Amino acid sequence: MSSLIAWIDERFPLTSTLKQHLSEYYAPKNFNFWYFFGSLALFVLVIQIITGIFLVMHYKPDAALAFASVEYIMRDVPWGWLIRYLHSTGASAFFIVVYLHMFRGLLYGSYRKPRELIWIFGSLIFLCLMAEAFFGYLLPWGQMSYWGAQVIVNLFSAIPVIGPDLSLWIRGDYVISDTTLNRFFAFHVIAIPLVLLGLVVAHLVALHEVGSNNPDGVEIKKHKDAQTGIPLDGIPFHPYYTVKDIVGIVVFLAVFTTIVFFAPEFGGYFIEYNNFLPADPLRTPEHIAPLWYFTPFYSILRAVTYPLFGLDAKFWGVMAMGAAVVIITFLPWLDRSPVKSIRYRGLIYKIFLAVFVIAFFVLGYLGVLPPTPGRTLVAQICSVIYFAFFLLMPFYSKIDRCQPEPERVTG
Amino acid sequence: MMHMRRISLVSWLLALLCLPMTGMTSTGMKLDRAPDKARDVAALQRGAKIFVNYCLNCHSANYMRYNRLRDLGLTEQQIKDNLLFTADKVGEPMTIAMRSQEAKEWFGAPPPDLTVIARAKASAAGSGADWLYTYLRTFYRDDSRPTGWNNLVFDRVSMPHVMWELQGEYGLRLVEKIDVHGEKVQLKKLEMLKPGKLPPDEYDALMADLVGYLVYMSEPIAETRKQIGMGVLAALALLFALTYLLKREYWKDVH
Repeated sequence: MSSLIAWIDERFPLTSTLKQHLSEYYAPKNFNFWYFFGSLALFVLVIQIITGIFLVMHYKPDAALAFASVEYIMRDVPWGWLIRYLHSTGASAFFIVVYLHMFRGLLYGSYRKPRELIWIFGSLIFLCLMAEAFFGYLLPWGQMSYWGAQVIVNLFSAIPVIGPDLSLWIRGDYVISDTTLNRFFAFHVIAIPLVLLGLVVAHLVALHEVGSNNPDGVEIKKHKDAQTGIPLDGIPFHPYYTVKDIVGIVVFLAVFTTIVFFAPEFGGYFIEYNNFLPADPLRTPEHIAPLWYFTPFYSILRAVTYPLFGLDAKFWGVMAMGAAVVIITFLPWLDRSPVKSIRYRGLIYKIFLAVFVIAFFVLGYLGVLPPTPGRTLVAQICSVIYFAFFLLMPFYSKIDRCQPEPERVTG
Repeated sequence: MMHMRRISLVSWLLALLCLPMTGMTSTGMKLDRAPDKARDVAALQRGAKIFVNYCLNCHSANYMRYNRLRDLGLTEQQIKDNLLFTADKVGEPMTIAMRSQEAKEWFGAPPPDLTVIARAKASAAGSGADWLYTYLRTFYRDDSRPTGWNNLVFDRVSMPHVMWELQGEYGLRLVEKIDVHGEKVQLKKLEMLKPGKLPPDEYDALMADLVGYLVYMSEPIAETRKQIGMGVLAALALLFALTYLLKREYWKDVH
């Protein structure tokens, strides 16, 4: 065995790579609960890829056959129902895990120098994830698949001059059709996953280059053992965090499989009820709602109700929604606080973050419901809070009265 | 801050949980709760028989194979002898001969496929079973409709009351009432015009069986799925104990 490894090592950096990324990658010893979600995101990605491969073996990307092929998977393919539910629940789980992972970044300032690139790669992963979910949702070819795609692709037509042609070009037809289904399938199973995997590798390589942040937001590389050069507060990722993350994965699986086996529709939030009706281009559903993970951004889109500079309110809504996603990327340069972690930040940031989180949840909740004038007003207020959190950050993070950071990590 | 976040999380979860309970159907009708028949094999068999006799002439169940009914404790021979009317082979799906174009001319809209109808009809107002159970019991005479029938939960429905001989005929009566807020509201009440072959409680029981079957057909694996789920959770509990002990052992030397 050891001679085989030696043979490989002479030709390929096997041992050195494993050391660099696992057994000699020194992570801070004080990771807490919030640090499970990175490895969980990777785990869910693997679930999605493996279940996705098996779904593609039986699914038919054809407007006349797609809906039936999903029911075929649910009924006639051995364990097909399980594979399908793992994939549909996995989509929602991916967003839950990634939202919590991003929130961890907000809590402990993980995006701050020198980790800006990790954050940018992460933002791009989030963008890819949204695209992946959007393209994938058309594939079951149910009513919500169809009309959700119709609504979102129509948004592009709000762009001046090129809009109508652009949305036509995206659909490949005047309405969502078989052509659209085929290209969305291509994007969902090939294009986006390729980009996603590349970005995940980049995200991890950048992380392992600069080292992980931690709940105290201090750099463990500042205090190294004089002889070994190992950070005093660092422990090798393997075996310490591998055994710890496995516990996290088991707990995650307990929650995940509870949903898969006992409530796969999750009250219509993970699989919408209307999606059990086959797509019907002639019958628009009463209420078209995107899946829950898009609803905060969908609310921001709907909250913009004023036309401006002679352009439609819809156009500005699309711009606001896009900006809401993109603005996350700029966090490293918006935050001017002398400290990274929420533990040492002042009251102003804590209040801003708490109000931001509440506004995000309210936006998500409102996005599920049909709009009323009252709800639109609340969504407008929350949208302003959402953007204020980012745009005012250069000011409030600077004037906030922070506590001094410790030299070394605390417990 | 941690505290506030927890409150917002709790309120969000509460809102999520309450959402399905507050709604009503588009016609503002409160749904009756359908009895759960998932484990009542005799009821599901009766339901299958009603389905095949009354529904499977105009409605298809294109994704349901006849021989899947073995789930309900039937042998292939029993299925062939008692239920197989629209196909030749027991492995075939429950298709119908009526073409959707013709159906559209006759009814105004083609009757929907019923394979997964019990899942599609779920909403904030109640489960799909609740909707179907209420729907099948609230047809009433309405001369303004081409079929002469209307329905409380599906206003201006295209389908005539197929089971009127069993249920009898009902008419609509509007009752004015003062609600808890002191406001006048109109309640829609059904009153019997002509009795059917079955007394109301027997008709309700029969519809409960039919709805039970429709729920079964919408996801035949559902009960097995829950059983497997129990085993999976038990295995994960064991795995948790093992992995947690492993983690604790390794982390002993981290200070």
